[in-house]
Amino acid sequence: MSGNVKASSLRGILAGRNAHIWRLVLVMVGWMAFMALTKYEKFYTLINFQTMASQFPEFGLMALGVMLCMITGGIDLSPVGVANLTAILMAFLLKALVGPEGGLPGYAIPLVFLLGALTGCLLGALNGLLVSKVRIPPILATLGMSELLAGVAIVLTNGNAVSKLPVDYALTINSRIGGLIPVQLVIFSVMAMLIWFLLSRTTYGTKIYLLGTNARAAQYSGLNNGRLLVKTYMLSGACAALGGLIMLANYNSARANYGGVYVLQCVLIVVLGGVSPTGGRGRISGVVLAIFLLRMLETGINRFPQISSYYISLIWGGVLLLVMVLDYLTNRGTRPGHGKSKAPGASAA
Amino acid sequence: MNKGLKKLTKRNEPYIFLVVLALALLIQFRSGQFFTGNNLVDIASAMVVPGLFAVGTFMVILSGGIDVSFPALASLTSYATTKMLLDAGYTGGIWLPILISLSLGAALGAFNGYFIGFLGLPALIVTLGTSSVFKGVMQGALNSVQLATIPPGMQAFGTSSLFVASNPLSGLTSRMPVAFLVFASVLLVSFLILRYTFLGRGIYAIGGNEVSAHRAGFNTRRTKFLLYVFVGMMASLAGLIRTCMMQQNHPTNMLGMEMNIIAGVVLGGTAITGGTGSLTGCMLGTLLIVIVENSMILIGIPTIWKSVFVGALIIIGTGVSAWQVFRANRVAKVRFFRKEVPTI
Amino acid sequence: MPESLLRAVGIHKSFAGVHALKGVDLTIMPGEIHCLAGENGCGKSTLIKIISGVYQPDAGVLEFNGKSLQKITPIDAILLGIQVIYQDFSVFPNLTVMENLALNSELSEKHKLVSWKRMRSIAQDAVTRINFDIDLDSIVGTLSVAQKQMVAISRALMFNARLIIMDEPTTALTRREVDALFRVILQLKAQGISILFVSHKLNEVFEISERFTIFRNGELVRTGQTSELDSAKFTYYMTGREFSEQKFIPGEIGKEPLLEVRNLTMRGAFEDVSFALRAGEIVGVTGLLDSGRSELALALFGIRKADSGAILVKGKGAAIRSPRDAVRHKIGLVPEDRLTEGLFLPQSIADNLIIAEIDRLAGRAGVFDREKRAREIERLVKEFAIATPDPQNAGQTLSGGNQQRVVLAKWLACNLDVLVLNGPTVGVDIGSKHDIHGILRDLARQGMGILIISDDLPEVIENCSRVLVLKAGKIVTEMDADHADEQRILAHMM
Repeated sequence: MSGNVKASSLRGILAGRNAHIWRLVLVMVGWMAFMALTKYEKFYTLINFQTMASQFPEFGLMALGVMLCMITGGIDLSPVGVANLTAILMAFLLKALVGPEGGLPGYAIPLVFLLGALTGCLLGALNGLLVSKVRIPPILATLGMSELLAGVAIVLTNGNAVSKLPVDYALTINSRIGGLIPVQLVIFSVMAMLIWFLLSRTTYGTKIYLLGTNARAAQYSGLNNGRLLVKTYMLSGACAALGGLIMLANYNSARANYGGVYVLQCVLIVVLGGVSPTGGRGRISGVVLAIFLLRMLETGINRFPQISSYYISLIWGGVLLLVMVLDYLTNRGTRPGHGKSKAPGASAA
Repeated sequence: MNKGLKKLTKRNEPYIFLVVLALALLIQFRSGQFFTGNNLVDIASAMVVPGLFAVGTFMVILSGGIDVSFPALASLTSYATTKMLLDAGYTGGIWLPILISLSLGAALGAFNGYFIGFLGLPALIVTLGTSSVFKGVMQGALNSVQLATIPPGMQAFGTSSLFVASNPLSGLTSRMPVAFLVFASVLLVSFLILRYTFLGRGIYAIGGNEVSAHRAGFNTRRTKFLLYVFVGMMASLAGLIRTCMMQQNHPTNMLGMEMNIIAGVVLGGTAITGGTGSLTGCMLGTLLIVIVENSMILIGIPTIWKSVFVGALIIIGTGVSAWQVFRANRVAKVRFFRKEVPTI
Repeated sequence: MPESLLRAVGIHKSFAGVHALKGVDLTIMPGEIHCLAGENGCGKSTLIKIISGVYQPDAGVLEFNGKSLQKITPIDAILLGIQVIYQDFSVFPNLTVMENLALNSELSEKHKLVSWKRMRSIAQDAVTRINFDIDLDSIVGTLSVAQKQMVAISRALMFNARLIIMDEPTTALTRREVDALFRVILQLKAQGISILFVSHKLNEVFEISERFTIFRNGELVRTGQTSELDSAKFTYYMTGREFSEQKFIPGEIGKEPLLEVRNLTMRGAFEDVSFALRAGEIVGVTGLLDSGRSELALALFGIRKADSGAILVKGKGAAIRSPRDAVRHKIGLVPEDRLTEGLFLPQSIADNLIIAEIDRLAGRAGVFDREKRAREIERLVKEFAIATPDPQNAGQTLSGGNQQRVVLAKWLACNLDVLVLNGPTVGVDIGSKHDIHGILRDLARQGMGILIISDDLPEVIENCSRVLVLKAGKIVTEMDADHADEQRILAHMM
């Protein structure tokens, strides 16, 4: 099979350095156009976009953490465990802080966010130590942590939901800044900007991309792999914890088994966003696009009452497979060693 | 003999066997209820479905891949089979349901196998995607709901037993389901395939070094394809058996099992990077998880502690073996034995 | 006129527009040891893959044993009696020696079922053919490199092989193992088997081969009797350039040692190693593969920990527990395997260049000073003459020689005092090797202390002002450059 493809200009763009991003944009624009043609009045309303913007941050934040871990060549399967445990602990804290009239003191919400993020960092650091010091493969270490944290959460709550929370918390997080922008979106945006900055403007970003490309060479270049991994899993833990705090507000309760589908969904988002499962490659813009895309697909489908919302799972898996196959087709013959030994590549020259 | 002993201590199985034994003895001493006929039969019967899943998962991990789609695959095929037969008013024996399940399982497995074997896409991502697709087909296209009744043939199969064990102390009785025979024969067939066919040796070879396997003359693409077909068939069989044993089909209650199954297989000494592991170890690891999930209640530990134990077990078990590997590599100076180790 | 065993005429092969082979010829006689040489990327691996059926040629005639080879698969090639022993030996590290030996033949006979008894007897036959003494039940991953190679050779012999192609078989072997390999090769020749020996090591070509063929840039440069070849011609054919290697004459040597090692011991690797390295010196450490030389390099760089002894930097004790500590003490290591230990191939050349000094290019909290970063990249690309249109391109777009320069530049950017190089030119072609030696000499003259750890004796002798010989973990002798010659060093090494 010769890789002698006559590149038309569109194809050129789609195969270039930003190929993946462009493909996602294309799918997204296609879907938005489809929604505009079919359900314009129901989809293109301010309230619809506001609702979406308050829904995606909970799993969007977790996906950002998974992305960071995947860039280092690992994976984090524990975000939901971290999120639920954090939410449960903070729900206890909120109940303890509530005043005699049922109100919360002014410092309560900032305190909950601070302690919640710290909890996330701590749990993430445990993941990081298991991966970097004990050298358990990340998929297993975080899988075990996920199970363990879920177990602790069940034991703490007897498997029940922690509810009857002070209303102030949910009200605050569910409010809109200037009556327009949901607080959840603000939290997500702040984290996304922070991670973008870390990845593109700091040495930490360059280091984790290189670590994910070749951990051995990173060690030989004087990088502190262990510390980088611990930092990364801590950051992922913090993202997951913030996701948990948003879930706490969105459901107005906390429970050990909330958001069970999010684990695999996050991995799916991250891969769909163009992050290489073997590490070293991937950008936050792709992941954020994938998060938007998922939410828009799901919300869009819900606008068709005759279609079961369960189809979203089918579409989602289908899109992932499609993107993978497209990647395979465009990279065949140009990237050596990616596919089969049959593909001739640079190693032959 | 000494040499044989030395080899034995290098393997993983004896250790995991000792852990299982220690746990069993602990439960026995605390409750006196472990080595009773009915508890052992209960455990054997609880092993059937996870055991079937574990065999498939083991073979996939052995080849250097991973499969997270088998619960969705099993749910979809068992639901489709049961629903189809119910709608047709089928009243015959168990053979037709098994046949239908197996063919559906093979078809869906082929779907995985095509992407992983022939296109060479990463197994984790592919099976994540197909898992999502299978769920979507089941819940969206087939509009699945809980099926409270199942065809009489399946019902009969689920209730038929090989023998009944009773506990003279508590008066409890437990049935050994016929399905256990199915599990045992699948185990035997898998063992024979892995040990005595070149398809099976190919799985080991691919897990060890895929490029070498190709050069040695293994048809690596076809081997991987067939592997996922076989695994799909085993998963669908497990799904059907579960439906029969529970006397109903609940479309979603198998979802989420994948993590514990993978954990059991890895605890049994199967390297997540592929190439090494044994069926014995895989079964012992799965047994350990099953005992923790089923028997902790016997020593007065409430079921809510289950996940804590399973999680701790995964971390400690994989931690110990990871640490051993790390130490061994340091001592043995294995400088030129570098395999590209996939990190996830 | 004797019939040739293999005849390839006018072979062409392109990949995605790259013309890897531009009509090359190769003829191998029965029972002949033929050497195929050429720089990296000259097309020799492509030709091997064509002969062994992995690739199909775009054009050209290929005949084996009088039969024309058209559209053959790897299995067909094996059945015809063509065997390739790849550099990685294509063994299965997780399987036993027995299975490694027997799998190929079982597969080629299209057996579907395994007979362990038959496998054992096949394996037994295979090892006895070359008197290879090994436990058939040992796991291949636990064997030494030389043993793995013997497994690969024994396996190749089982198919009534007529032609065995060995792709750079000596790369990871010790001197003694190379000798053992050559004895086996001569044994094979005596059995009438032809050997195509791929190498770019001059001394090996002279030592073992009867005829040679040299490729350059996908074209045949020269083929003929090895006896008509000499060192200068060989180099010229390979590179198209002429070199004159001269012994290194150091400039001014500092009085105080930059690096001093006292009684350094790592159990199972080396013990009681003491030496000093001064500014302006190039010191060579040589020894067999198991002499502890690589471990010494790793200990100096903090990757492996020594059990006892001291490392002194500029007269002060230095605790080097990690590569970071080493860099802080201005020690750098160019590792043994650049592709897996030295470079991040898919990442940009720029990032590859600055990674070791990255923290110096950032302000508080690790935020890059982007201007400084850009200037530094520009400076390094220019200073080390790295041939790339854009430093943002991936490291793998560079040629081998340029990749080596990137690894060197990465460390030299840190303004080091001491550079340790472990096998600095292993797997490097002659042209790049010459360039690298030149860079090292310049660095020493500028006042750096350089430690070359290598078993390439000509390299050590030509470039070092002193040579330390390690044997079984101990320094057995130290020689001045003037007194060092291959025979003397070898006598101490063995």
